Amino acid sequence: MTEKSTMKTIHIEPITRVEGHGKVSILLDENNVVKQARLHVVEFRGFERFIQGRLYWEVPVMVQRLCGICPVSHHLAAAKAMDQIVGVDKLSPVAEKIRRLMHYGQMFQSHALHFFHLVSPDLLFGFEADPAIRNVIGVARKFPELAVQGVMMRKYGQEIIKATAGKKIHGTGAIPGGVNKNLTIEERDVFLKDIDQMMAWCRSALKIAKDYTLQHFEEIKDFGSFDSNHLSLIRADGAMDLYHGNLRAIDAGGKKIFDQVNYNSYRDYIAEEVRDWSYMKFPFIKSLGTEKGWYRVGPLARVNTADFIDTPEAEAARKEFKNVTKDKPNNITMAYHWARMIELLHSGEKINALLHDGDLQGTDLVVKGHRRDEGVGLVEAPRGTLFHHYRVNENDQVVMANLIVSTTNNNEPMNRAVSRVAKDYLSGKPQITEGLRNHIEVAIRAYDPCLSCATHAMGRMPLEITLIGHEGQVLERKAY
Amino acid sequence: MQKPKIATASLAGCFGCHMSLLDIDDRILKLIDLVDFDKSPVDDIKEFTGRCLVGLIEGGCCNEENVRVLQEFRKHCDILISVGDCAIDGGLPALRNGIPLKECLTEAYITGPTVYNPSGKIPSDSEIPLLLDRIYPCHEVVKIDYYLPGCPPPADTLWQALTALLSGKPIDLPYELIKYD
Ligand code: SF4
Repeated sequence: MTEKSTMKTIHIEPITRVEGHGKVSILLDENNVVKQARLHVVEFRGFERFIQGRLYWEVPVMVQRLCGICPVSHHLAAAKAMDQIVGVDKLSPVAEKIRRLMHYGQMFQSHALHFFHLVSPDLLFGFEADPAIRNVIGVARKFPELAVQGVMMRKYGQEIIKATAGKKIHGTGAIPGGVNKNLTIEERDVFLKDIDQMMAWCRSALKIAKDYTLQHFEEIKDFGSFDSNHLSLIRADGAMDLYHGNLRAIDAGGKKIFDQVNYNSYRDYIAEEVRDWSYMKFPFIKSLGTEKGWYRVGPLARVNTADFIDTPEAEAARKEFKNVTKDKPNNITMAYHWARMIELLHSGEKINALLHDGDLQGTDLVVKGHRRDEGVGLVEAPRGTLFHHYRVNENDQVVMANLIVSTTNNNEPMNRAVSRVAKDYLSGKPQITEGLRNHIEVAIRAYDPCLSCATHAMGRMPLEITLIGHEGQVLERKAY
Repeated sequence: MQKPKIATASLAGCFGCHMSLLDIDDRILKLIDLVDFDKSPVDDIKEFTGRCLVGLIEGGCCNEENVRVLQEFRKHCDILISVGDCAIDGGLPALRNGIPLKECLTEAYITGPTVYNPSGKIPSDSEIPLLLDRIYPCHEVVKIDYYLPGCPPPADTLWQALTALLSGKPIDLPYELIKYD
């Protein structure tokens, strides 16, 4: 990892994952001051190429095998693109609502998993606590009620996915032009029975995140923080919408960079820079260029871009959140957790409303249209905006696929967070201390990245940190 | 009495099989009473701390690192199980077996519709393990004792298989738990 000198030729083929590990390298100058810190992601699968030749209707089912953590997001983004391929611009109300229920179920389970299984150990035990207890098994021993809440909330979301998609992981519910099943009365009643309990747990999780943020405000406000642009889908009236909308981007001060952009023209606005040292590309807003155009996505960005939230409890929570920054965008990395819990509550409210909607028992599942040869589908996945784009030939075969996944959109921000923390917690001491490692982990974790996927779902995030001296020599390498 | 140990790994998989293990829901609390987790993403123990009764493998082998990890699991585990289609036959990642790797890289880093790459270089890094010529299912690399099919295998299948092994009983899975789409 000693910069250019170790560049390989193209035939030495690189790969997908190193046991799902993220890697951080920190480059020091002669005074042992951090010159540069990088988060290397070593994911490469070749999906865009090997999907070519497959039939378009297989894609929503296949593509989720990219990621078992939030397969529903890929399933739905691909299905939305394939709606366009089959010439359908508007689904039946039943299909749209079933898909939304599936999506909110996904948001619910993923946010619960992230908060309870992954982040709560840091918040409950402190960043500096002994890693032997600072994991979800430690939480289960010391705060068993909380652990059970996390498990049961995740289960609730997973059961909703199963009822709408057919399976908890890698379902088949969304098909081009609609869905393949509705929600029966019996299925609905099971969810209605527990919804009040779920809402109560959402509120208490939100309170933990909010209280934590406000009580530790001074210490976390600069932690891994920096100003950035923010991007998300937005509904036509400016409301947060996790399933569908147009693109909005704002700058760090809240000024709109673009707004209500039809996502079919995403290519006119977004490009991805390839950098030598990571397999994950670096997306940026074209009009601002690579230096200034990068942006954040995910819960923090979404709460920042939205004018309001269309469910009452989450809207009240959003207002409290915005008060902290006097209505300006919040650029605090650790505020992701609070924003995520606002979305958890919002998803709970949406699920509740949908369960009371008789359309879910309707039978008009699929709409037909005139075949087209190109389709774009976007959703707000738990970790941020997810882009799918396909072209299909007259034999129904995919000839082009382009994916920009949520975690990729946060590539530059995660690198900035790592740089900031490395500078704040290392400078002067050429050593990887436990404290440094903890803090780097905590900063990356705020983004809930899928780079090590479930690896960090139940415990610590595995991370390899390399410290490099000014002559390119490796001073220390630690894998955790 | 010392609890038996379990180790798990994700090679060229999507972590869906690990997620399915999490889908045993509250039984996870029972599981941590029954067993200790050794090397696993569940606790992130990096190196084996001792002999394990059961090793669960998700994903096939797409690079030299996967092969190394798999061999290490074989060495440390009494019973090694291929969990899920990727481990058993390569799964979705094996779709690349028929395509030159160079084409996959070119598509992702040179010709893709949103790529901005003025230097025209494909990322490379000395730390990254070498890709194998194709995806290999686990049993072509080491001896595998059991296979649990599915993409992913349902949580109940994983639970029943594990509890049977832990109590020394034969694995006897009803049809509903081994039928899959
Ligand atoms: S078998 Fe299916 S769920 Fe398991 S790793 Fe492979 S793609 Fe993911």
